[in-house]
Amino acid sequence: MSMRETKSTCPYCGVGCGVVIEHDGAQITGVRGDPDHPANFGRLCTKGTNLHLTATPVVLQHQRLREPQKREARGMTPSALTWDEANREIADKLLAIRAAHGPDAIGIYISGQLLTEDYHAFNKLARAVIGTPHIDSNSRLCMSSAVVGYKQALGADAPPCSYEDIEAADCVLVSGANPAWAHPILFRRLEAARAAKPGHKLIVIDPRRTETAELADLHLQIRPGTDVALCHGLLHAIIWQGWTNDAFIARSTDGFAALKVLVRDWTPARAAEVCGVKEADLWLAAEWFATSPASLSLYCQGLNQSSSGTAKNTALINLHLATGQIGRAGAAPFSLTGQPNAMGGRESGGMATLLPGHRDPGDAQDWAEMAALWGVSDLPNRRGHTAVEMFEAAARGEIKALWIACTNPAQSMPDQATVRAALERCELVILQEAFAHTATARYADYLLPAATWGEKDGTVTNSERRISRVRAAIPPTGEARADWRIVRDIAALIDAGLSRAPRLAADSAEALWLEHREATRGRDLDITGLSWITLDTEGPQQWPYVAGPTARLYTDGRFATADGRARFITRPFQPTAEATSPELPFALTTGRLRDQWHGMSRSGSVPRLFAHEGRPVVRLHPDDATHLHLADGQLVRVRSRRGDVVLPLKLDGNVAPTGADIAMHWGDEFIGAQLGINAVTQGAFCADSKQPELKFSAVAIEPVDLPWRLSACAWVAAGEGPALRERLRALMPRFGYAHCLPEPGRPNHGEKVGWVFEAACAAAPAPALVDELVASLGLNTPAVLRYADVQRGRLRLLALDSGNPQTAPLRALLRVGPHDEGAWLVDLWRERTAAATLGRGLLSPDAPSTNGAALASPQVCNCFDVREDVIRLTLARCSGTPAERLTQLQSEKRCGTQCGSCLPALRRLVATTPEEVPA
Amino acid sequence: MKKMKLVMVGNGMAGVRTLEELLKTAPGLYDITVFGAEPHPNYNRILLSPVLAGEQTLDEIVLHPLSWYEQHGITLHLGKTVTQVDRMRRRVMAEDGTTADYDRLLIATGSTPFIPPVPGKTLEGVIAYRDIADTNAMIEAAARFRHAVVIGGGLLGLEAANGLMLRGMQVTVVHLTGTLMERQLDTVAGDLLRQSLADRGLRFMLGAQTQALLPGDTGRVRAVQLKTSAGDIVEVPADLVVMAAGIRPNTALAESAGLLCNRGIVVTDTLQTVTDPRVYAVGECAAHRGIAYGLVAPLFEQGQVCATHLAQSGIGRYLGSSVSTKLKVTGIDLFSAGNFTGGPGTEVIVMSDPIAGVYKKLVIQDDRLVGACLYGDTVDGGWYFKLLREGRNIADIRDTLMFGEQAA
Repeated sequence: MSMRETKSTCPYCGVGCGVVIEHDGAQITGVRGDPDHPANFGRLCTKGTNLHLTATPVVLQHQRLREPQKREARGMTPSALTWDEANREIADKLLAIRAAHGPDAIGIYISGQLLTEDYHAFNKLARAVIGTPHIDSNSRLCMSSAVVGYKQALGADAPPCSYEDIEAADCVLVSGANPAWAHPILFRRLEAARAAKPGHKLIVIDPRRTETAELADLHLQIRPGTDVALCHGLLHAIIWQGWTNDAFIARSTDGFAALKVLVRDWTPARAAEVCGVKEADLWLAAEWFATSPASLSLYCQGLNQSSSGTAKNTALINLHLATGQIGRAGAAPFSLTGQPNAMGGRESGGMATLLPGHRDPGDAQDWAEMAALWGVSDLPNRRGHTAVEMFEAAARGEIKALWIACTNPAQSMPDQATVRAALERCELVILQEAFAHTATARYADYLLPAATWGEKDGTVTNSERRISRVRAAIPPTGEARADWRIVRDIAALIDAGLSRAPRLAADSAEALWLEHREATRGRDLDITGLSWITLDTEGPQQWPYVAGPTARLYTDGRFATADGRARFITRPFQPTAEATSPELPFALTTGRLRDQWHGMSRSGSVPRLFAHEGRPVVRLHPDDATHLHLADGQLVRVRSRRGDVVLPLKLDGNVAPTGADIAMHWGDEFIGAQLGINAVTQGAFCADSKQPELKFSAVAIEPVDLPWRLSACAWVAAGEGPALRERLRALMPRFGYAHCLPEPGRPNHGEKVGWVFEAACAAAPAPALVDELVASLGLNTPAVLRYADVQRGRLRLLALDSGNPQTAPLRALLRVGPHDEGAWLVDLWRERTAAATLGRGLLSPDAPSTNGAALASPQVCNCFDVREDVIRLTLARCSGTPAERLTQLQSEKRCGTQCGSCLPALRRLVATTPEEVPA
Repeated sequence: MKKMKLVMVGNGMAGVRTLEELLKTAPGLYDITVFGAEPHPNYNRILLSPVLAGEQTLDEIVLHPLSWYEQHGITLHLGKTVTQVDRMRRRVMAEDGTTADYDRLLIATGSTPFIPPVPGKTLEGVIAYRDIADTNAMIEAAARFRHAVVIGGGLLGLEAANGLMLRGMQVTVVHLTGTLMERQLDTVAGDLLRQSLADRGLRFMLGAQTQALLPGDTGRVRAVQLKTSAGDIVEVPADLVVMAAGIRPNTALAESAGLLCNRGIVVTDTLQTVTDPRVYAVGECAAHRGIAYGLVAPLFEQGQVCATHLAQSGIGRYLGSSVSTKLKVTGIDLFSAGNFTGGPGTEVIVMSDPIAGVYKKLVIQDDRLVGACLYGDTVDGGWYFKLLREGRNIADIRDTLMFGEQAA
């Protein structure tokens, strides 16, 4: 078949980059940035660049859910059934639960990765067809504080600016966000803007010294959870210096007097003390922000995922209102959206606290409008359970059925013990998923295969209110279907069971979108002037769109409140829901990795994406580790009041003292025998936004005594990888700690894929367990190199690739021993070094001294596979200014010249690698 | 003072080594008379295999030329087999009537090949592998005949087979058990050895029992009839049959002299026979604490102790030996020592590298190395043997023990 191209949108973060999918109608073969898309103008980050690798034949065949499945009993292997059977059984069971316990016994938990049309279908299913108010989205974990913050302060859930304001701003304040990793394309734009504008100021507020913070002119490394105190202190300084925009305050706002009373007590000295920053830095930040011609703030989960998330949002917006830094080019509070379509979910009202068109289910008029629009009189007229509440209700037995779509709560929700209890207690768990092996899948009674990126049609809205088309390039894999269609078919059966006409009858994405569009009429997000054809022919458009697109809101100083005035929100600083204590002395925060996404069900299918920070660790400041007598690499237990997780320790000076940091991605799909990182986090949530405080847990960090280590690695043909992974993963629960990770491929590895299984246990593992691993790796053959001291639990098995044994690298290895004994072999396996060169040292407990130096340097640039050692060697020869040296490096090694995600790291390497002047 | 008389029966490596030690410490103490059944001075029997393989000559393996005996005033009777010992008169007599009186008698008659009692064992072309005469017979046969069968896949049998093969014969090794050299190797190493020798061209019939040696028209052996491990009766063509099915201590003379023998001449820790303190025995003919050693190192150790007693300065005690084996087949490195099979109370460390053809097994008991079996890489054999004999505690170096002295 001939090659074709289809324009679509990246399914990862909320930047919403346009992509061009290269395909032949049956198979996606490549992806590149859409040069015409105004979010990215052709650029893509590492994750986006590798998107096509999430749709390889192997992934489609082995990692996708391909057919409807049913589990006869929990714990059993699911078996296939037809769509008709699945739909019928699910509809019957939901009807039975609804009849026995009422519609409130059914909860629907969906995702910011669904398309707006899917959201619309789910919303109708929940409220109009089943009649339950309990529909919420994983956006609750992500953006709900931003939603409520905007609504409280500005009157509507609308980011008031555009990405181009990044270029227009003179001062950018990044608070609680690490766009260098989480929104790389915007960060590229920010870097370019700084380069083009001398005197540009970048302020970063973050408890961690992130790559974003490294670029900053001023980094305020605040104590976790003290953002509100900092903003109050900044406002105090602004008022003290007379930097407020009194005319704007008088004309366009309300509530400043009350706020002034509150912040009077927040002197910069006091705020600096509470926040743990220098007072002078606070004054400087206030000056830059208030006196720059245009100041833009960018913020994300650091503000949102907090028990005072709404207050953190409004306290920051207060700064904009007080200084008039809003409604102008380059001046706005800009919430960076986490997910690709959290915005669309908000617009379509697919959340417990929303109705379509930014309506409120508890508001009588909003409710009446929706009831009229949908022609349904029995719409629930109250807010439903939000994410945490829904799972708590299920754990209490109030919710009997959970329908989960496009999200993985058994990984991503806080307080996993409660979430697992909820999933176990539910009578009926329906999981609608594209990927087969998520942690949640194990709890599902029904697994419904959903189409995903590259196979779906619809729309998404990105952070700047821009609606982009998502288009299918290839048909859904296996029997997968579009999410909205799955919903519609079951809804139709439920309606039939209730002897009424179908309430969700739309038969295309466009038809659903038109229903959604109608719900925006007369609302702040009115898109009634926008048509499907316009989206298709003229490209992405920003709402509101009545006569045309809107790039910037509130330019006339009138806001979306009833009286047109923005509100200063006066909220006192509240400490985090739980405090550190002598028993739980560390403030654990969670964050994102540059190259991973959420629970990794999609990004985890691409081995390359594990090259950068690809191993689960907990990061701790080196001084704290010294006090605790903990060493780098040691296994530690991170324990909170709710649960614990065992992880290797990584010392990292970028983590603040008494802080700890774990990437949010690690669930029991990758780290075994435990509930993942969110075993530790808490469900305590912001009273206004109901968003849980994922960014703060008081934890203890304790050494664990699991001295026996086991490493099992194998390169296999790509098609055999999934089976190997499943065999290895099945063994994870049998160890005190285990992880099972794909090995990032290197160019000379051909089509092979590698898997690394590493585990720890208290005593030497049982021979039977070791035998299972030996068999899993194909090491039970006579041709295997072997060192075995059975009584002392040492075992090292090596198998070479076929071919000339003198040049063959290791194909597979298993090593069992205490601590790092024999661990050097993993690097040897990884590096694909000809094993014979090591001669009789090959099976040694330690790397032969002649070797070892060249092994395992971290990958920095994923696009061109450039490692840190290579970069340092090259930089040693580069001379001139840092910028010139970077350019030389890039012209030589090409690193950072494609997606640019590694540019912050490259700059750091330039700064820390001196030129070697020949003696 | 009149010198005492020392008579030694047997002119092999163990006995002559004893004399050598004795002459070092007490050069003038005895008038020494030596009877040797072979017409050669003392030669290195171990090197018969390289001679057979064409890698060394007979001249090169002579340890003590006739001049050495002369130099030390030793009366040497070559080609004379002693048939009688009169312990009352303290006199020995050879079959040709030569006699010698003794004050001390040292019996070092060595061993004789075990000839399985199969029909046809006396046919022409059926020989054992023990001495220079046998070696010469094999060299001659190899020049004239095509097919050889070696009965016995032990150290000696494999060396004979290898030598005959190198001399152009097609050689089949018949072995009773499934593992070659099972007294020196475990099954893994035995299999590696078989594979390696098979690659060189040797054929093997393992687990096979010799039923009969079949004569040809001329009366010379024609074939060996075998019962295979599967129970089939097969014939393997053979113009030469080498019996290498083991050795037996040569105790005939001692028994006739009324000395207690039990799988060897029973000796004490001073190498004196338990029956007669004037009579000593060393080497393959002696049974010390129930063990008759067949390897050279223990025999030398016995000789050293025995010499101190003959020198009348003896406080030495022979307490038994650890033994180690090396196969003298060029290109095959093989070493074993001690209890290499393991068993209750022992712990085993194994390493194998089938690609490099290396297999190593170390047996440990109570933190001490008690056995080693190395195949393919024997560089550290000497070190292991030293650790084994010294009984050094190896707990501190256990994890690197396998990787040799360099790594420890």
